[in-house]
Amino acid sequence: MKIIVNGQSLEVTATLLDAALGELGYGEARVATALNGEFVPAPARASTSLGNGDRLEILAPMQGG
Amino acid sequence: MQVYGVDIASRLLLGTAQYPSPTILGEAVQASGAEIVTVSLRRESGGDQHGQAFWTLIRDMGARVLPNTAGCHTVKEAVTTAQMAREVFDTNWIKLEVIGDNDTLCPNVFDLVEAARVLSEDGFEVFPYTTEDLVVAEHLLQAGCKVLMPWGAPIGTGLGLNNAYGLRTMRAHFADVPMIIDAGIGLPSHAAHAMELGFDAVLLNTAVARAGDPVAMARAFAQAVEAGSTARSADPMEARDMASPSTPVLGKASLG
Repeated sequence: MKIIVNGQSLEVTATLLDAALGELGYGEARVATALNGEFVPAPARASTSLGNGDRLEILAPMQGG
Repeated sequence: MQVYGVDIASRLLLGTAQYPSPTILGEAVQASGAEIVTVSLRRESGGDQHGQAFWTLIRDMGARVLPNTAGCHTVKEAVTTAQMAREVFDTNWIKLEVIGDNDTLCPNVFDLVEAARVLSEDGFEVFPYTTEDLVVAEHLLQAGCKVLMPWGAPIGTGLGLNNAYGLRTMRAHFADVPMIIDAGIGLPSHAAHAMELGFDAVLLNTAVARAGDPVAMARAFAQAVEAGSTARSADPMEARDMASPSTPVLGKASLG
């Protein structure tokens, strides 16, 4: 299925969020996720289903003021 | 200074953005003596490890992190960003920014208060980036904030304290509330001015990061903050409009 990852349309085979993160190369990376604008805590990723066209935001630590 | 039950010795909080290199960032933080550094969250692709490398750098500094919600324009955006930051940075602290105008980066104080209320009820310890408006400040305190962060001037301008009268009034009105001047500081003298007015600390980024020598500038800010803080404790004289001779008039020779 196609989902929008950080604004970019990508094809994933995983149907659960934690598996999709692995498929997309995040592995054990320290990231936070939001699906369709709603925060998904890390413990909930394994039970969060993805659907075609879903918008996934994956954010990491960055410099800030 | 004590914020949310944590004692902080350094009166200088430093942002981590815009430095020429990670090495210079690390040296500048060390030279500043800052115990709190601000950080943010941004998108990262799977193959990219910039965020992970940055996190390692920050963690090794040993400083306490204050994540921000920079760039958020709505309550929803700010709350979701704060929730994500809490998980990534493992802290309840959040520097809450809800921007209302892109030219001045003036906070949208209506949404700021609402976001502060939502986050405080959710267990966050909110550091709100606000204006010097007393009514807004009162609402932020009622919303659960235990610290206020009024701007000196718009973010990144380096103009110093645009409304010294308003800030002085705010300091006097909320005498017992920890207050940090956030944004607009361009020179060490601006930081000293803020401390002389009685503010508890200053938070700045661009003035150090964009200096020709960020490490030296970080040191200069540390010295200025300490000087301003000491001066405040020493009870400065009252300014007056008319001159008054400092050399005694009594005993002056009559030579005319």
